[in-house]
Amino acid sequence: MRKLLFSVLLLVLLVPISMAQDTVTLTYLVDDAEINLTMNQALVDEFMAQNPDVNIIVETRPGGAEGDNIVKTRLATDDMTDIFFYNAGSLLQALNPAQTLVDISDQPFIDNIVESFIPTVSQGDAIYGVPTGTAMGGGILYNKAVYEDLGLEIPTSWDEFVANNEVIAEAGIAPVMATFGDTWTSQLFVLADYYNVEQGAPGFAEQYTNNEAKYADTPAALAGFEYMQQAYELGWFQQDYATEGFEPGLALLANGEVAHYPMLTFALGTMETNFPDQVNDIGFFALPGPDAEANGVTIWMPQGTYIPQTTEGPQLEAALEFLAFIASVEGTEVITSAVAPQGPYLIEGATLPDTVLPAVQDLAAYIDAGNSFPALEFLSPIKGPNLEQLMVSVGTGQMTAQEAAENYDFDVERQAQQLGLPGW
Amino acid sequence: MTNKNTLPTSRKKKTQPATISRMYSYWFYLPAAIVFGVFFLIPTGLAFYFSLTRWTLFDATFIGLENYEYFFRDPQLLTALRNTFIYAILTSGSKVIISLPLALLLTSGLRLQSFFRSVIFFPVLISAVAVGITFSSLMQPSDGLINLALESIGLPQPDWLGDPDLALYSVIMIDIWKGIGIATLIFIAGITSIPTEYFDAASLEGGAWVKFRHVILPLSRNATFTVILLSFIGGLRTFEIVWTTTRGGPGFASDVLTSVIYKQYQAGFYGLSVAGNVVLFILIMSLVYPLMRFFNRMELEL
Repeated sequence: MRKLLFSVLLLVLLVPISMAQDTVTLTYLVDDAEINLTMNQALVDEFMAQNPDVNIIVETRPGGAEGDNIVKTRLATDDMTDIFFYNAGSLLQALNPAQTLVDISDQPFIDNIVESFIPTVSQGDAIYGVPTGTAMGGGILYNKAVYEDLGLEIPTSWDEFVANNEVIAEAGIAPVMATFGDTWTSQLFVLADYYNVEQGAPGFAEQYTNNEAKYADTPAALAGFEYMQQAYELGWFQQDYATEGFEPGLALLANGEVAHYPMLTFALGTMETNFPDQVNDIGFFALPGPDAEANGVTIWMPQGTYIPQTTEGPQLEAALEFLAFIASVEGTEVITSAVAPQGPYLIEGATLPDTVLPAVQDLAAYIDAGNSFPALEFLSPIKGPNLEQLMVSVGTGQMTAQEAAENYDFDVERQAQQLGLPGW
Repeated sequence: MTNKNTLPTSRKKKTQPATISRMYSYWFYLPAAIVFGVFFLIPTGLAFYFSLTRWTLFDATFIGLENYEYFFRDPQLLTALRNTFIYAILTSGSKVIISLPLALLLTSGLRLQSFFRSVIFFPVLISAVAVGITFSSLMQPSDGLINLALESIGLPQPDWLGDPDLALYSVIMIDIWKGIGIATLIFIAGITSIPTEYFDAASLEGGAWVKFRHVILPLSRNATFTVILLSFIGGLRTFEIVWTTTRGGPGFASDVLTSVIYKQYQAGFYGLSVAGNVVLFILIMSLVYPLMRFFNRMELEL
């Protein structure tokens, strides 16, 4: 009897162990923004349902500069998770991908990726990541109800925007929102202006990367800083703007207490969760520039999913399968069912549902008309880290646009040298 | 005679064991020396080396003093230096001015004296990060508790952390609130260590004022020096409260040296931020060492 009990016990113990040996476990590092977490968890769940022998554990990290450091440190100490989710463009370049990441350019699923995304995750001929999620637009989110009540038209030039804001201010509504409590939100006047910079100074990105053009002495590029100065001088911002945070700010926009918010369309995901009733009142237009004839939108590429070189053997195989799943039409459908799309996918053949949010339709209209251009951080590896503080300084009247641009050029110089770019 | 004869031999006998025993005792230093070397000396040496390089965590290129040049060329550095001094001087000064009367009160034999002592000491126990986060919500301009209280009694409600001219001073006030407890404790220890004979003599001479002016004030000089020195060093290297309330903002308005260094580290300028730390180290040493020497010379024997 005892013998029987013992052997049953042994069996019970052994079976899970032998089953566990066949499954591959992957760890996946994702930033803790709710929308990114939801999206990646949905991808992981569906992938695991289809591949019972793969188990993926999602780990989270903070976003922003703090998260950048965690990623850099873990890569440098060979302590990275098996796969990770991270920005494309200039932030990826700072990870030293040639030495730290697995080159996936020989994988068949690369053909599924829309051509324009490839340069943002490449160095030389090597490709390191697959687009995870949708592209975004940078520009102005606005409250349509306010526009309807006041009978306003969408501005296509900065002068029209100024005129609209006068009307809005007279109606007792704050024309423009600033949320300097989350400093990163302050950068949009400069970053989302890149379509206009390219109109006024064609080829700026390359000259800037080669140390031949500067923000401070290129009028088209300086304009973004001047917009911030003007916004401060004309008193466009709402009360408490110096310490307001990003999420409380979205409430002000949803309730029509502020008319405009310079922001990325990625904010729509948060709005849909927090204000499902009001999110359809939110529209989007490109940051207006000097010329109404040349009006277009600045585009942000989606983030990517990457494999560090420390991932090997069965883990690497499973990781590549997961990347292939992300870079498939099926993968985009899983994302769509989990979070509201904030722009187009960069996977060939992927479509957006008919029910996308109005602001995303506004964005798609610009892209379909061919009036879009990538943001500078996807065209150049250099992005100075102090831009957000400099923009806050201008927005709170401590610095002029010219001073901030000069400071930013100095900031950029350090970044370029840190990256070891030629010509700096 | 026998004495003279034995003397050289005894010397010989003595010297040999002496060197052995000296060597022997040195071995006791070894564990401490290894710990000190591995965790303190080597990292400090490495820090000086990496401050001379452009360091990406993956590799380091030697660039001489360029990081220091950049550090001092940074237009925000002057603001940060000025803020650091204002911070260190105001916090250490205020802590002395506020804590001494508190310590007097709390050594005067009040009822519930030990309860009040623990109330004063309580903020010291809370982590600086928690204090910072709590105060940034208390100091919210329109719905924070502080401004709601000011509104109810009809006073103006400043934007404590959002107004560039005010932010640094708001942070300083938080630091003082948090640091009062430890300063008061040091003063209490100083006052209670004054021998009672002095008080007896003073009570013959006059009342409470004489006791304070001619006994407590001069004889708690050592405690005063300790408070000034500790809070001055604390002020120079302050970080947590600044970072959790304003992150050096708005813009650069409340940046201090450590927040500038941290931002450079966050930006991935590792060599530059190490250079910043070396500068901070030298700055603290060059200010605090003479101050300490001065205080030591002025110290009193009770």
